[in-house]
Amino acid sequence: MSNPAVRATPIASLASAPLPPAAPAPAVEVRGFDRRFGDVVVLQGLDLRIEQGEFVALLGRSGSGKTTLLRTLAGLDPAEGQSVRTPSARAVVFQEPRLLPWKRVWRNVTLGLAGGDAKARAEAALAEVGLEHRATVWPSTLSGGEAQRVALARALVREPRLLLLDEPFASLDALTRIRMHDLVLSLWRRHAPAVLIVTHDVDEAIALADRVLVLDGGRIAAEERIDLPRPREVGAGFQAVRRRLLGALGVDPAPHGEHRAAAPSVAPFPVREVSP
Amino acid sequence: MTLVDTIRFPGTYSGVRWSRFGRRWVSPLLLLALWELGARTGVIPPRVLAAPSAVAATFWGMVVSGELAGNLGVSFLRVAVGLAIGVAIGGALALTAGLSRIGEDVIDPPVQMLRTLPVLALSPLFIVWFGIDETPKVALIALAVTFPIYLNLFSGIRSVDPKLIEAAQSFGVRGFDLIRQVILPGARPSFLLGLRFALAVAVLVLVVAEQINAQAGLGYLINNARDFLRTDIIVVCLVIYALLGLGADGLVRAIERRALAWRPSFLKA
Repeated sequence: MSNPAVRATPIASLASAPLPPAAPAPAVEVRGFDRRFGDVVVLQGLDLRIEQGEFVALLGRSGSGKTTLLRTLAGLDPAEGQSVRTPSARAVVFQEPRLLPWKRVWRNVTLGLAGGDAKARAEAALAEVGLEHRATVWPSTLSGGEAQRVALARALVREPRLLLLDEPFASLDALTRIRMHDLVLSLWRRHAPAVLIVTHDVDEAIALADRVLVLDGGRIAAEERIDLPRPREVGAGFQAVRRRLLGALGVDPAPHGEHRAAAPSVAPFPVREVSP
Repeated sequence: MTLVDTIRFPGTYSGVRWSRFGRRWVSPLLLLALWELGARTGVIPPRVLAAPSAVAATFWGMVVSGELAGNLGVSFLRVAVGLAIGVAIGGALALTAGLSRIGEDVIDPPVQMLRTLPVLALSPLFIVWFGIDETPKVALIALAVTFPIYLNLFSGIRSVDPKLIEAAQSFGVRGFDLIRQVILPGARPSFLLGLRFALAVAVLVLVVAEQINAQAGLGYLINNARDFLRTDIIVVCLVIYALLGLGADGLVRAIERRALAWRPSFLKA
C-alpha cells in the first residue's frame, strides 16, 4: 500500500487558516507564543492546537525547545500575557519518575489529591497500570519501568484532560519501552485525554501519535498526520512517514529513499546505500 | 564451581563459624585483662590508673549509695535542656534561612561568622553574663548544638531535589503542604546527621562546662576525685561519659531507622 493517507501540511497555511465555526473547543490552543532565555530565543511565534482526545507527538533536535513548550503547557514555566489556553486538569509524566522516596507508592499517587476516597482512587489507578500489588512499598524498591508506571498512575488519577509526557520512556530498555507504549495507548483509549508526548525517538512518535509535529527554529516546522491503524508495524507507510520526519529534522535517512520505500522493508538491519 | 561460590564473605571462615559480633569482642577483652594484670603486679600503680576490678567495685558502690544516679541525673538534665534549646534555635534559624532568600541573607552571614568561634572559649564571657549556676552550663551546650543543627538542616533544605519540588508543584502541592510533604522529609537525612553531631558536641561541652563551679554532676565527681587522687572514680566517670555518647548515638540511629525507613540502605538491612 502506498500512502495517500499520510500527508504533510505546510505549517504556514495551517497557522493562518480560519477555524471552522462548528469546531469544538480544542484542548490546547497556543498562538504566537514567544519564549526566550536572556538573549537566546527558544520559541518564537509558535502556534499549536491540540484537539480534545488527540494524541500528538512533538519531535525536535535537542535544544529545539520541546521541553520548554511542554513545561509551558504544564504551567511550570510562566506564560504571562501570552495566548496559551490549556485545560486546568492537566498532568505531567517527567523523564525521570520523580517519585517522593519517603512516601509509599500509593501516597505518591495521591500526592496533592484531596478527599477521603483518595486511597481507593490511587489503588484503582495503580491497578490500571498493573501495580496494585506494589501499592504499599517504598519507591526505591521499584524497577525503572515500574516507577514510570507509578508516575503514569499518579498523572491518570487526576483524570487529566491534557496528559503531558516529557520523554517518559527515554531511560527504559527497549522491551520495557514497547510495553509502556501499549500501556499508554490503552490508557489513552480508556480515558481519552489529549496527549502531548515529547520525544526524540521518531519511531516512538509514529507508533503512538495521531499527529507528529517537528519543532525547529522556535516554531512548528513540519507536521505529519498519521492515519495508519494501530498497532503500527514497521511497513512501507511507516517508512515513508519516518523518512519525511527525519528529513524535517535535518537527517537524510537514505539518498535513494523512494526506491527503498517501494520495496517492503524486510531487512533485519538498515542497508547503507552509497551515492554514485 | 562458579566464581561466586569461591568468594569468601566476611564472617564465614572455613571450619569454625564465629559470629562477627563475638569476634569483635576478643581484642577489647584482652586489653582489659592486660590492664588488670598490670595493676595486680604493680606495673600500673593505683595513683596512675586504678585496676578494672577496683573501678568496677567503686562503680557498684556509687550505684548502691545513689551518688552516681543523682549526679548523672544532673548532668543528663543539663545535656537534655541544652540540646532542646539548641535544636529549637538552630532549627528555627535553618528553616527561616532555608525557606527564604531574605532569611538566608539576614541569618546566614552572622551564623557563619559565629560558628568559627570555639564555643568553649566563650565560657569566661558566659560566666560574666550568666553567673556560675546552671545557666552558663546549659547555655554553652545550647550554643554548641545550634551550629551543627543549623548547618545541616539548612544545607538539607537547600539540597532537596528541585525536580521533586517541581513535580509536587505540578500536582498542586504548594505552600505549607509543600514544606511539610516534600521539603522537610527531603531535608530529614541531613537534619539527623546534624543531630548526631549535635549530641556528640553536647557531651563534649558538658564535660568542660561542668568544671565551672560544679556543685553536682559528673564534673563535680571528677573534680573531687582529682583532688583526692581517686583514679577509680575518674575512670568510672569517664566510662559514664563514654556511655552517654554511645547512648546518644544509639538514640539517633534508632530515630533514623524509623524516620528514614524508605532509604535503600535501611531497606536492605
